[in-house]
Amino acid sequence: MQDKGIFNLSRRGMLAGSAASVAVSQGTIASAQASQASSSPPARMAVNLTVNGKPHRLELDTRMTLLDTLREHLQLTGSKKGCDHGQCGACTVMVNGERVNSCLSLAVMHEGDEVTTIEGLGSPDDLHPMQAAFVKHDGYQCGYCTPGQICSAVATLEEIRKGIPSHVTEILTGRMRPTNMEMRERMSGNICRCGAYSNIVDAMTDVARG
Amino acid sequence: MRSFTYERAATPADAARAVASHPNAKFIAGGTNLLDLMKLEIETPAHLIDVGQLGLDRIEKAGDGIRIGTLVSNTALSAHERVREDYPVLTRAIQAGASGQLRNKATTGGNLLQRTRCIYFYDTNMPCNKRAPGSGCAAIGGISRQLGVIGTSDACIATYPGDMAVAMRVLDAAVETIRPDGTMRSIPIADFHRLWGDTPHIETVLEPGELITHVYLPKPLGGKQFYAKVRDRRSYAFALVSVAAVIQPDGTGWVAFGGVAPKPWRVPEADAMLPHGAKAVVDRAFADARPTEDNAFKIPLARRTLAGVLADAKA
Ligand SMILES: Cc1cc2nc3c(=O)[nH]c(=O)nc-3n(C[C@H](O)[C@H](O)[C@H](O)COP(=O)(O)OP(=O)(O)OC[C@H]3O[C@@H](n4cnc5c(N)ncnc54)[C@H](O)[C@@H]3O)c2cc1C
Ligand code: SF4
Repeated sequence: MQDKGIFNLSRRGMLAGSAASVAVSQGTIASAQASQASSSPPARMAVNLTVNGKPHRLELDTRMTLLDTLREHLQLTGSKKGCDHGQCGACTVMVNGERVNSCLSLAVMHEGDEVTTIEGLGSPDDLHPMQAAFVKHDGYQCGYCTPGQICSAVATLEEIRKGIPSHVTEILTGRMRPTNMEMRERMSGNICRCGAYSNIVDAMTDVARG
Repeated sequence: MRSFTYERAATPADAARAVASHPNAKFIAGGTNLLDLMKLEIETPAHLIDVGQLGLDRIEKAGDGIRIGTLVSNTALSAHERVREDYPVLTRAIQAGASGQLRNKATTGGNLLQRTRCIYFYDTNMPCNKRAPGSGCAAIGGISRQLGVIGTSDACIATYPGDMAVAMRVLDAAVETIRPDGTMRSIPIADFHRLWGDTPHIETVLEPGELITHVYLPKPLGGKQFYAKVRDRRSYAFALVSVAAVIQPDGTGWVAFGGVAPKPWRVPEADAMLPHGAKAVVDRAFADARPTEDNAFKIPLARRTLAGVLADAKA
């Protein structure tokens, strides 16, 4: 009977199994063994942070990124994991009012910080103006990058308002304006696989005009 | 990522001592380079000392120049009023790098210490003398379009990839540090990054546990200031070649090149050629170049980029 069990494995199961073993053989196992070999269990630490106005005290593996903490511990799955290396911007959230890549930050580095995610900007019944503008202008297609795009868009307009210059700002000491070129440059850290870029800038232009 | 313990340092001296007293400890500031590399297990520290709370986050007037705390973010540094007015080449260089999100998190010291972007350094299946000393160099004879043309060695042909430091090189900045024994020193940026030689895994002159506290910028140079960066897309990519330059009305000035060498590349004798045009400067600055077939284009590209800057300076 056991034999039959083995031979009954579906083709799909076999493929998934072999793909997994290939992926694993490239380092994951090695590191798992290495950390098992080192005697002590993974280090944990307490951290206090406020997310969307709500204080939390969490006990975490020191390796937890801010992104994984939001998604896995606080069930705030709006912030997305795209590349996990700071290259795509899908994980963008605001920390103390500034946008950052939550995948390239450890949760323990945020003791006492105030984090705002897409869930904190607005709700389905009470959209943030930028969320409403994305809907109006169709600033997405599949929607995966959208929470990061919206957080980044809100922060971008704030950065322009505060007079932070950009790569395309002509006069560094002059007033910054939310032009099409400025918004495109400042949003370059948010990649959209569906190519909704021009609609995103239209949405931002709407909000910038008030 | 390997497991690690974590502590927040209270003072710069504590931080330096803490790194020196743990085997395999590292400082973490913004984390945007270190965590990237830790996820790939290219960096595997067993202990992290977070320097984020050290209060080194101010820009102050100091003599004729300014002193920048190591924790000043790239955004804050580039947007600072005095920097925009007196050191615009620095604002331009910072804003040409990374993305808005990353610049908010990236710190001055962390930016100086960012590691190379050589694709083989990032691929742990490949030999790399920088990542695994003595294992060889997959880039030599491999894909080397992005890599160095000068100051490289038979052990490593990677570049220092950053933008900010190229502007700091033109401004003759100094990197101020504190060592685990409490002594402080000031390192001219010209001497801060090492050429790879036989030890490409040793990238700067910092000693184990030595903490960057500040970067000092001397008296403003005036003139017209430029940072021209050429890359594969208009935004959010590392430099193939970059040019940081300060040009005076009489055509004299200072120039450094990025994306070409293990450090921001500046040759004083080449500065002196500025009044004679871009070709004279680049011929001198790259006289000892050893490009690969893939990246020989960087030398004419440097010449054309500088020619563009010099034309803008005259306009
Ligand atoms: C997708 C992407 C694109 C990028 N594009 C560019 C670009 O175009 N141009 C560019 O220049 N950069 C670019 N960067 C790199 C970015 O600028 C660096 O990651 C950033 O500046 C590092 O700063 P940090 O504070 O986050 O450093 P960390 O990651 O915290 O630290 C980096 C290193 O410095 C050490 N360190 C930090 N502070 C100190 C100190 N005070 N004393 C001693 N050691 C210290 C750490 O131990 C670590 O080894 C890019 C990064 C990413 C992820
Ligand atoms: S060029 Fe340097 S970083 Fe790249 S593979 Fe060779 S040794 Fe490693």
